[in-house]
Amino acid sequence: MNFKHKYFFLFPGLFVLIGILIFPIIFVVRLSLSGWNSYNPGLDYIGLENYIRLFTDDPRFWESFFRLSFLSVTTVILQYVIGFALAHMVWKDIKFKRFFRVLFLVPMMTTPVIMTVIWRTFFHESLGPVNDLLSVFGVAPKWLTDPVIAKFTVIIVEVWQWTPFMFLLLLAGLLSLPKEPFLAAAIDGASPVRKFIYVTFPLMAPISIGAIIIRLIEASKIMDTVYVLTSGGPGTSTETSSFYIFIKGLREFQMGYAASMSFTYLIIMIISLTIIAKVLTKVLLKE
Amino acid sequence: MNKLYIFLKYFFIVVWTVFVVAPFLWALTTSFKDFQSVNGGVTYIPWVDFEPNLEGWKVLIKSPARGGVDIIEPYFNSLFVTCTASLISIILGTLSAYALSRYTFKAGFVKNNDITFFFISQRIMPPIVLSIPFFLFLSSINLLDSLTGLIVVYIVLLMPIAVWIMVDFFNKVPREIDETALIDGCNPYQAFLKVVLPNSIPGLIVAGMFCIIFGWIDFFFAFILTFTEVQLLPVKIVALNSSVTPWWSLSASALVSVAPLIIVAFIVERYLSKGNLSGAIK
Repeated sequence: MNFKHKYFFLFPGLFVLIGILIFPIIFVVRLSLSGWNSYNPGLDYIGLENYIRLFTDDPRFWESFFRLSFLSVTTVILQYVIGFALAHMVWKDIKFKRFFRVLFLVPMMTTPVIMTVIWRTFFHESLGPVNDLLSVFGVAPKWLTDPVIAKFTVIIVEVWQWTPFMFLLLLAGLLSLPKEPFLAAAIDGASPVRKFIYVTFPLMAPISIGAIIIRLIEASKIMDTVYVLTSGGPGTSTETSSFYIFIKGLREFQMGYAASMSFTYLIIMIISLTIIAKVLTKVLLKE
Repeated sequence: MNKLYIFLKYFFIVVWTVFVVAPFLWALTTSFKDFQSVNGGVTYIPWVDFEPNLEGWKVLIKSPARGGVDIIEPYFNSLFVTCTASLISIILGTLSAYALSRYTFKAGFVKNNDITFFFISQRIMPPIVLSIPFFLFLSSINLLDSLTGLIVVYIVLLMPIAVWIMVDFFNKVPREIDETALIDGCNPYQAFLKVVLPNSIPGLIVAGMFCIIFGWIDFFFAFILTFTEVQLLPVKIVALNSSVTPWWSLSASALVSVAPLIIVAFIVERYLSKGNLSGAIK
């Protein structure tokens, strides 16, 4: 094939993407070395001061980061287990198969923040249905204002919202599996449990890794839900990294400091996701 | 053993179905309530627990001055931004994906897979990292609070998805068909437009659906980069939430806002069952 044509295909997309991204990235790095805030807007140069402050004098950032890790890992594990179970259930013939498939996909199509607005009324402590039904048992959890329970409320909403995505990826994977191993297992008379452990799960390992990584990437951006559901509160108990950077940068206008945080955050994200991808590949594929 | 398995299976499906449907049902009933039935204790069943009325739905078409919620303009803004950005992303993404699937690139240690990874890895970028420079950048060229600015940002969000799905799709379209077209005297562009594209329509539809989903549901950039001139739907609904809007009109507007994409679920399911999504995940 001709040598030159390939560049005409590749370059429009590549250059548009690079063109949009290159300036912001360089600018974030430069901004992180400046003391830009609302009193003193401008790109002065203050060296690594922002980074020193971040690493030595800002526990709130690191707390928000560990909170984010906890929230995203927990939600992704739950989504994987539930998503796999659901996909496995509607994979083979059951009644109303297509109805359930569509139904299980629906939450993913709804805008997270708008559904969260509904969830807020749903979990309302005195006027919401959850506490009304729970009052039969005489309990009334403070879904949105208790520091510990609020985290689980966020997890519930995230699981509701994004399990369908996991379900979609895993069901697509299940539907693409070859038939022969299952026939062999059927001839050997393997029980459903053994069939799952020795045939389905190993065959699904590469797809599982892909799905988990994709979801981890998306989950690491948790922010919309938190903003609407609890606004990071009570106190800072549901504040994630993105949300803290957002407060510092676009509420308090400490642009320079926020830029240094977001750059650090980006680097941590890239490193940790790469490590997780490597570890998962090793664990799941060697079994 | 087998019976227990089947019982557990249906039990789990029923529980999950209830969980999925619950917020929708709650919003639907709430949208027909009035002040008394929201604030005077929790009510569930229309006509039994409370007398339904259409107040919540009427505000959708009223003008803001008369107590309406004015979501029609944000609706069309959202639709316009999502569709435009998706279209641009699909066009550019498909071209790049075709190149990455059919030709070999080599520049130093950078090869095809690295370029593909570069495209897809843009999803790793936390939105907050981009939002601060975009905020300052767009305000310096007066594109803050405009639809154009948002479309530019959404292309970054959506193109990776388009490339990701289309590379896998093109890999499954046999190479022979473009080679035959080239032998028959087409130039590479004609071969692409007249032969490869018509054979890739399922892939294009799936990629389009995903772009539309992820464009439509984005809140973060719309929230940071627009204020009053243009408002997108999610931002508008959240603004309603923090103002004094009563629950019934809030629920009605929320339901109207999430409704259109539910059609997408049917389309995605159709292509899923045909096996057109299978390649996209590996």
